[in-house]
Amino acid sequence: MPEKGLSNAVPGKLIAVEGLDGSGKSTQVYLLKRWLELSGYKVFFTEWNSSDIVRSATRRGKKQNLLTPTTFSLIHCTDFADRYERNILPMLKAGFIVLADRYKFTALARDSVRGCPQEWVEQLYSFAVHPDITFYFSLPLRTALDRILAGRPALKYHEAGMDLGLSPDPVESFKIFQGRIHKAYEALARRHRFTRIRSDRPVEAIQEEVRGILRDRIDLAQYKAALPRGWR
Amino acid sequence: MNLPRTFYGKGIPGVATGDLHGKLIVLEGPDGSGRSTQIALLTEWLERRGHAVEHVGLKRSNLVAEELAEAKRGNVLSPRTLSLFYATDFADQLEHRILPALRAGFVVLADRYIYTLMARDMVRGADLPWLQSVYSIALVPDLVMYLRVTPQKLMERYIYRGRELDYWESGMDIGYSRSWYDSFIRYQSELHRTFNRLQAVYGFVTVNGMRVPRAVTRDLQTHIESVISPNG
Repeated sequence: MPEKGLSNAVPGKLIAVEGLDGSGKSTQVYLLKRWLELSGYKVFFTEWNSSDIVRSATRRGKKQNLLTPTTFSLIHCTDFADRYERNILPMLKAGFIVLADRYKFTALARDSVRGCPQEWVEQLYSFAVHPDITFYFSLPLRTALDRILAGRPALKYHEAGMDLGLSPDPVESFKIFQGRIHKAYEALARRHRFTRIRSDRPVEAIQEEVRGILRDRIDLAQYKAALPRGWR
Repeated sequence: MNLPRTFYGKGIPGVATGDLHGKLIVLEGPDGSGRSTQIALLTEWLERRGHAVEHVGLKRSNLVAEELAEAKRGNVLSPRTLSLFYATDFADQLEHRILPALRAGFVVLADRYIYTLMARDMVRGADLPWLQSVYSIALVPDLVMYLRVTPQKLMERYIYRGRELDYWESGMDIGYSRSWYDSFIRYQSELHRTFNRLQAVYGFVTVNGMRVPRAVTRDLQTHIESVISPNG
């Protein structure tokens, strides 16, 4: 599978974080962002959510149960393309460190679990550059499930994978679904050389490791924001 | 002759093609080539012969047609996003209209299909392999006919009918020229060239659309008769 590194194409750096719900990745990427901002680096944060135009279509699709694995995949890719071309790529071209809370691998894992052929989804997303670093927050499935099920018992239909008909019980369905996502992530981690971060540890320890990796792999000095005159 | 029905690629997850007994007939051609007129005439002709007819086209899905129209009005989406939006629209119609109709033994008349979508994107810089991968979900039609009308003739028809040139059909988003006329001619010529390229890949039948409607209909009927036996 040919991977295009970003390094020479654009001046910015793309850092993606991936992992199961409950893996603590959002906390970690938030802390990473704060650290970079407070240290005076040009940093841009983007997360995996829907734009207005796609949200309204998705809402109708979900309400009327129109979405199939194929249209689910396509509509989310449409949305991602919009965010990618409007935010991610311009910021990379402008020389920012872009932090993405979930990136295309989220779709690759989820869509393949829903039955879309892996190569088809990979091709679909092939326009999106490969991150410079993909942090994969891994933890035992059991722990992820406990964390998520303790905190948020009301699971949404697609979030619980109810459309797959795994179980009529949302919690049971969620467990099976997350198990499959977990497997898909593990396969992606090997194939795309994710940087694995064991996330069943204290927040501070994980953050220290993540910052260390960033310092090692990226010449941060290049990304210092130029302070306007009179600010020093 | 009944060849087994196939998808261009792996197709739609979970869909078998063995029971798709109807016929999928596609009419391609630019706006003003007489597609709608011909489809009305062909429908009459087919129904008179006892065939049940279903119509599909572009931007007609329940899922995203509204949002797609909205997005085009505002011209806010990048070509890639728009392209994926159309793919979503197509996939929705494929799964919810085309496949069920074929399963029920209908003749499905498609007022354009993936080729127009591909050609438009190619003119805007998309690469064919990516598009082919996206549309590998599409079913191979029984017959594809392309109504050929020169850009100059199309322009005459527009003016004769007192219609305004359409922003997208004139390729104004591409920025060939600020003159609508020049842009229209250039865009339609590019589209035609691209259709020729696609014809080499997909082998559709070209029909001269620059004649009186009846003469065109007779040609189309002859081609349709070669794929539909008179007694169903």
